[in-house]
Amino acid sequence: MDYAGVVFLEIIYMIAFLVLSSAGLAIVFGMMRVINLAHGEFVMLGGYTTLMCYKAGINIYFAMLVVAPIVVGLIGLIVERLIIRFLYGRMIDTMLATWGLSLFLIGAVTMIFGSSAVNVPTPIPGYALGSYQMGGYNLFIIFVAIAVVVGLWLILRYTRVGLIARGAMQNAAVASSLGYNPKTVYMITFTVGAALSGLAGGVLAPLTGLLPTSGGAYIAKAFITIVTGGAAVIAGTLSSSVIFGVISQVVSFASTPVIGEIAMLALAIVLLRLMPQGITGRFFKNST
Amino acid sequence: MITAWRSIGGVRWGWFIAFALVLLLWPLVYDTHTATVLLIWALFALSLGLMWGYAGILSFGHSAYFGLGAYVYAIASVNIGESTLPLILAIIMPAMVAAVIGAMMFYGRISDVYMGVITLVVSLIMFKFMNATAGDQYAIGDARLGGFNGMPGFPTLNVPGAPHISLWGVPMYYVCAVSLLLCYLLCRWILARSFGRVLLGIRENESRCELLGYNVPAVKTAIFTISAAMAGLSGCYFANWAEIVTPSVFSLQTSSDVIIWTMVGGVGTLIGPILGAMALGMVKLLLGQQTLINNFLVFGFILIVVVLAMPSGVIPAVQNWWNRRGRRSRSPSNGGRARRRLTVKPAELP
Repeated sequence: MDYAGVVFLEIIYMIAFLVLSSAGLAIVFGMMRVINLAHGEFVMLGGYTTLMCYKAGINIYFAMLVVAPIVVGLIGLIVERLIIRFLYGRMIDTMLATWGLSLFLIGAVTMIFGSSAVNVPTPIPGYALGSYQMGGYNLFIIFVAIAVVVGLWLILRYTRVGLIARGAMQNAAVASSLGYNPKTVYMITFTVGAALSGLAGGVLAPLTGLLPTSGGAYIAKAFITIVTGGAAVIAGTLSSSVIFGVISQVVSFASTPVIGEIAMLALAIVLLRLMPQGITGRFFKNST
Repeated sequence: MITAWRSIGGVRWGWFIAFALVLLLWPLVYDTHTATVLLIWALFALSLGLMWGYAGILSFGHSAYFGLGAYVYAIASVNIGESTLPLILAIIMPAMVAAVIGAMMFYGRISDVYMGVITLVVSLIMFKFMNATAGDQYAIGDARLGGFNGMPGFPTLNVPGAPHISLWGVPMYYVCAVSLLLCYLLCRWILARSFGRVLLGIRENESRCELLGYNVPAVKTAIFTISAAMAGLSGCYFANWAEIVTPSVFSLQTSSDVIIWTMVGGVGTLIGPILGAMALGMVKLLLGQQTLINNFLVFGFILIVVVLAMPSGVIPAVQNWWNRRGRRSRSPSNGGRARRRLTVKPAELP
């Protein structure tokens, strides 16, 4: 019974991890059709920001929930102004340029912080579930992921900003003819997406540890999650996170974590072959 | 014989022979070991350049086939003990894997972005799998896969049929040089045939080709397979050069390196990826010797700048500049020729 509880919590944690680490990418892809291959490095920068703040004596929750999103959001704004805005509509070029950016950021962080792994301490102690020792911090991550999804849904569904965003997502030409400059909408979207990546980086850093190359661990998972999810930001990310989270953890418990990860990636290929428009291209068509 | 040579359209034989002579004499003035790996990288970039530049298929995980070539060679040569059959297998196996994956993608009519995801994910699967094969139970025949530490100590290339005469050092360099030149001619030959024309047509307008009755998925699968075979060959040479195969042959860095070389050299040319790989490979090796500047930083910066400022790459930009210069200086006396040269699209230049 305890074991079932452990498996269940691990599955929920994996889903939360996928939602959190792909939310920023999902917003940028869903609204702008831009694939940001430097997403993993934005997450990594969020982690390093949290680490810096923690070392400077700032409260760790404030660092990961407030400072990291702001810093990475600003970096995203600079990147959008300097690189992305010249490449709208050129999908492959955007992927190449952001890949270049990802290498650039890895190089820059390596030169500043060195290439050895660093850790951010976990602020919440573990607890015992029957005879198993569980990480209490995982529950915090699940909580943050739920907050991000609910918050995004409320903003997109019930605020004026969300209405404009959904309008620009459905039809950029109509939105601009109604007086909303798509360039401004895109700029803000990219900044918000980067800020969410920073939040994910800050929150996940105590669990995963930090390396200049740790962005690579996020990009593939985030990438398959959003692409398999399809165009609808929230429904797509949630549905594919659930599928991949369940598969990866169930296979991991049945064999090894590496096989679990491979199963997840292989499943992504199969799903993309069966549903080239993503899950929300076929089901839940009218969701956000 | 002459007609056979002529049928390789678009090869400028003067330039080709000059390049071959440079390759012949290069070991006299440059470290052979370094020159060999530069040629191997050039072959790898050529394989991507053929597929990306002429069929418009960009693989974000071309390292999968490079690494597969390296691993297949290492595993087969440990089991067989000489190099001829392993070399052939190192070409065939990546080609077969690519044929399956390519058919799945192209018959599924998967768009560019999704193709990027799938190619990337395939290389990641191989990377993760190979990293996890450390135990004794992961062995194929006598060959232990070795996990993160890789596979050292497999027999390197030998003269076909004579396992005791090893091809190492300067002979290895010439094997790579000849292979590069032959693969270049093979690419030219492919592109000069009607198959190659269909490729260009698909790159320019896929649905029009389809409506004209060409079997677009089959053609794309075929070029993906050919490209993977070439990448496998370069991976096999790389294994021989390094004398060890580690999972890093499948890494994202290998994939990004070859994309950067091809992109900087010039997508839509064949000589561009070759020269791009050789020049930037040299830069990579030089940067590897110092610790002040990180080479990710440099290559990332180069990729961003090239995408933003010179999306067609260096070689086409130089060719355009040369053609414009030629038009200005020749137009009074020989306008006809200059105009004819201008009508040649960058894609058709060597």
